[in-house]
Amino acid sequence: MAERSKPARARAKTGGGKRKPAARAARGTVVMVATRKGAWLYHGDAGRGGWRVDGPHFLGHIVNHLVLDPRDGRTMLAAAKTGHIGPTIFRSTDRGRSWKEAKRPPAFAKAANGDKGRAVDHTFWLTPCHANEPGTWYAGTSPQGIFRSPDGGDTWAPFSSVNDDPRYREWMGTVQDGTPDGPKLHSLIVDPRDPAHLYMGMSGGGVHETTDGGKTWTPLLDGLEVVEGFDVKTPTFHDPHCVRMCPANPDRLYQQNHCGIYRLDRPSTTWVRIGKSMPKKVGDIGLPMVVHPRDPDTAWVFPMDGTTVWPRTCPGGIAGAFVTRNGGKSWQRQAAGMPERQAWWTVKRQAMAADAGDPVGLYFGTTSGELWASRDEGARWTCIARHLPEIYSVEAAGMA
Amino acid sequence: MKVLIPGPLRSYTREREVEASGATLAELLADLERRYPGLRFRMIDEQDRMRRHIRFFVNGEQAFDIARPVGPGDSVQIVQALSGG
Repeated sequence: MAERSKPARARAKTGGGKRKPAARAARGTVVMVATRKGAWLYHGDAGRGGWRVDGPHFLGHIVNHLVLDPRDGRTMLAAAKTGHIGPTIFRSTDRGRSWKEAKRPPAFAKAANGDKGRAVDHTFWLTPCHANEPGTWYAGTSPQGIFRSPDGGDTWAPFSSVNDDPRYREWMGTVQDGTPDGPKLHSLIVDPRDPAHLYMGMSGGGVHETTDGGKTWTPLLDGLEVVEGFDVKTPTFHDPHCVRMCPANPDRLYQQNHCGIYRLDRPSTTWVRIGKSMPKKVGDIGLPMVVHPRDPDTAWVFPMDGTTVWPRTCPGGIAGAFVTRNGGKSWQRQAAGMPERQAWWTVKRQAMAADAGDPVGLYFGTTSGELWASRDEGARWTCIARHLPEIYSVEAAGMA
Repeated sequence: MKVLIPGPLRSYTREREVEASGATLAELLADLERRYPGLRFRMIDEQDRMRRHIRFFVNGEQAFDIARPVGPGDSVQIVQALSGG
């Protein structure tokens, strides 16, 4: 094992105080926060009003994603690297109390002599495979690739034709076509009804679907817009920031794209731009997309300024999540508890999440190191941590 | 031969300086990997390229290729470039 962190623990009462505990929250909630300088776990009580901090884990490591396996409730994987040494995956089988490094982290196949092969810069996205495939995981990387682990994240192998398919390699573009932090494969989604049915997104490269377990993939781009002047039919020019499937209706997908907010109801293959109904002053550009665990008509976004040179901060410095309760026909701002002005936050694509409580708990982290929570589906927000490093991802899960 | 390990990789070796053997840097790295699993991949990528911020010195001279020959009397220094913030 290469990393033996002994994170500090502290307890703080940070919630709204007088509200009754949630009617159907988990016995405890853990919010997993991955940052540019390490990872933190925030353990919430049953009412999600008091939070105990556990961290930092992997201090100094760039952690892009930290995910709890819902199938066993105890395995956690962390996608990590530092600014200087190569990428790896850390694994815990005791809910983050102790960690071991993967024996074989995601790595592309060795190129034939004379060819310039690709190297994984970092793992960006982690997704547990189907519920009937315990211990198996998918990883999306930068540059774009998919990897699969059969053993709880200990060893990884290139998974699908995507990694080496010449057509897909062309669609992935170059490093300059991706995000400032490198091109990424993300939003790996498993259909709960069929382990061979997967979706994934590439920035750049678009949204794609497989129905044969990754042997073949099909672009799923109809209805999506691209930056003016580019060919909408070319996947390279598509930039899905975050795609989510509704747990309560796996035929419904929501997407926050570089060019708007969309919904797709299968078997249709045409995305509908539901962001047109956002307030004009706010627009429908953003990074994260969050769906309700039980209501497929409810979803959240956190808009950012996508005008001029793309500041990617809250439009006008006015923070707020936006919720739709009708599948995108209309949106309402949810900002109670947030600063009224001068909030120049950026919320990255992985940095907003929902738990499965009733009412749903929502969480987001900012690049300025603040972690915010709502235990009433966004009606009221509380800052539960500040002064953290730049937050890259936030995940939430109920703890038994 | 003696191999000096940079601070960020001492979580693997627990030692500032370790012993390893091989007729080339590549063999030396394979031996280090056997002794300290996971160490090599943090320095060398899957295409056998040295990672961007990792440098190898043999008897004080920088090595640019892992095929570089080394011998029992040599001293190998692994250095992590200092940069970032």
